[in-house]
Amino acid sequence: MRLLALALRRFLWMPPTLLGLTLIVFSVSHVIPSDPARVLAGENAPQEQVEALRRKYGLDKPLPQQFVRYVTDVVSGNMGVSLYTQRPVATDLVERLPATFELALFAITLAVLIGLPLGVVSALYRNTWLDHGVRLVTIAGLAMAAFWLAILLQLLFSMQWNLTPVQGRIDGWGPDPITGFYTVDALIRGDIETFLTSLRYLFLPMITLAIPAMATIVRFTRAGVLNVMNSNFVFYQAAMGLPRRVVIWKYILRAALIGTLTQIGLVFGNLLAGAVVVETVFSWPGLGTYAYNSILQSDYNAIMGFTLFTGSVFIGMNLLVDIAQAVLDPRGR
Amino acid sequence: MRALRRLMRDRALVTGTVIVSALVLAAIFATPLANFPSHVTGFDPAFRLKPPGEVFWLGTDRMGADLYSRLLFGARLTILISVTATLVAVLIGVPMGLIAGYFDRWYSDLLMRISDVFLAVPQIVLAIAIAQTLGPAIQNVILALSATYWPFWARIVYAETRSLRNEVFIEAAIAMGASPLRVMVLHVLPSIASSIIVRTTIGMGATILAAASLGFLGLGAPPPTPEWGRMIAESREFLPQAWWYATAPGIAILLVVMGFNLLGDGLRDAIDPRIRRGS
Repeated sequence: MRLLALALRRFLWMPPTLLGLTLIVFSVSHVIPSDPARVLAGENAPQEQVEALRRKYGLDKPLPQQFVRYVTDVVSGNMGVSLYTQRPVATDLVERLPATFELALFAITLAVLIGLPLGVVSALYRNTWLDHGVRLVTIAGLAMAAFWLAILLQLLFSMQWNLTPVQGRIDGWGPDPITGFYTVDALIRGDIETFLTSLRYLFLPMITLAIPAMATIVRFTRAGVLNVMNSNFVFYQAAMGLPRRVVIWKYILRAALIGTLTQIGLVFGNLLAGAVVVETVFSWPGLGTYAYNSILQSDYNAIMGFTLFTGSVFIGMNLLVDIAQAVLDPRGR
Repeated sequence: MRALRRLMRDRALVTGTVIVSALVLAAIFATPLANFPSHVTGFDPAFRLKPPGEVFWLGTDRMGADLYSRLLFGARLTILISVTATLVAVLIGVPMGLIAGYFDRWYSDLLMRISDVFLAVPQIVLAIAIAQTLGPAIQNVILALSATYWPFWARIVYAETRSLRNEVFIEAAIAMGASPLRVMVLHVLPSIASSIIVRTTIGMGATILAAASLGFLGLGAPPPTPEWGRMIAESREFLPQAWWYATAPGIAILLVVMGFNLLGDGLRDAIDPRIRRGS
């Protein structure tokens, strides 16, 4: 019951939070530039053209009225038209979503597969050279600028060793979309060659995104395991004479990994943010590149659409994390 | 003395202090330390894209300017941006957290919900949007960063103030007739100062990374400012030949952010003996 109430409460807070987010982004894009219509038309456009654009996009109305109109539009699924691609922003976002999602899923999988065991081992062999080594790597991983790491990887893997493409997602056109994930679509169609090619393209951006995510997961896992190892119930199990192997596998890991599992949800949300920079460096045709281009073009409908979308995913992830935590931790019931 | 010796044994704290001090020294003495102080704005096309050597320790850039000298002056910019942005964020976040945490009125919830809204979207996304609208300039980077990072301080101060509110010493101060302002500033603030300091140290690292990302995306200070992120962006068209071009500023960012993170971790352990070493 408590769990349900918590979930409901969090869920009810979603719309007001998103409304607030819309207000912030709306202010940034409509209030700060003195004349959005002028920005749209370009600096040297004739005055009539500016006025025409102003009327066309309702920019001649008072700001509060514009805001209300935008919000009602968004609620009915209309995020406006991208001024750059001349297509509905919602369509653009949906079309680019699979590329970002595929990349983020590969990155988080890699980060978990490496980060989780490293964190556990690091905690179990605390203060040995192994632990120090792992911690040094995680500290560096968290301090590295993603765009720099991306360039170093390109320099080594693509330019020096010629193993991977420098940028892009596929040679020519991707496989006919079913899921939009090139790797999955290629497999479904039995096209092993395309599958391998798309893996090669995925490799570098995946590593770039995975390293900071992995560092976060290692840190949380290590802290979680250490925390549980020092708790009374573990002393109790050990005092009962249970073998260390059993205590570790059955009790310590189970209790400690709840925290890590929920952390993974938050890390995934952060991957979307990291995607803006990483996708730009690798010309990965996902949401991040879209956001970056629309920012450069002052395409404010697209910027607002992307920010709202990322915000929703972020808030949704937080909600899921809270619920997962409550479900997994029996004390929360 | 014994306390100092204990602190010296903490490798994270010592390493962090050394790196951060080195950054500050580099920024202060950039002019005497630099081999070619004039290369921040001036350059010599005859020496364009020279690899590291005896004259140009870290090589030269596309304009023929000495990368080592530019890196030193970049330290100034890094400190200027991160210190100012973090300070503004602290000045917004801490009072908000104090007020929301100390009082239990309708505006407490409102203030925290506002900070939730800012936390609902990744910081860098919002900062990019703001920096782009304002145009590429140092003060706009600072504004964009402080406008997006303040909720972290509001959050932590709120939580700590809430848990202190029912403590006996706070109640005593109120019973003695202290005004809310006095209680907040003289009683609550000193008790939570350590958390704020730790959060600020780690926040400095995050701000430096974010500022470098903005610079890399071309939203930072305009050229020829020796901004580390922008230097890395410039290097891209000269790869793979000019490998040294991106290497030096990248390592500088890595070291400095690592320094602040280590210092923050070390301070946290030193201040709160309950949380020992990395747990």
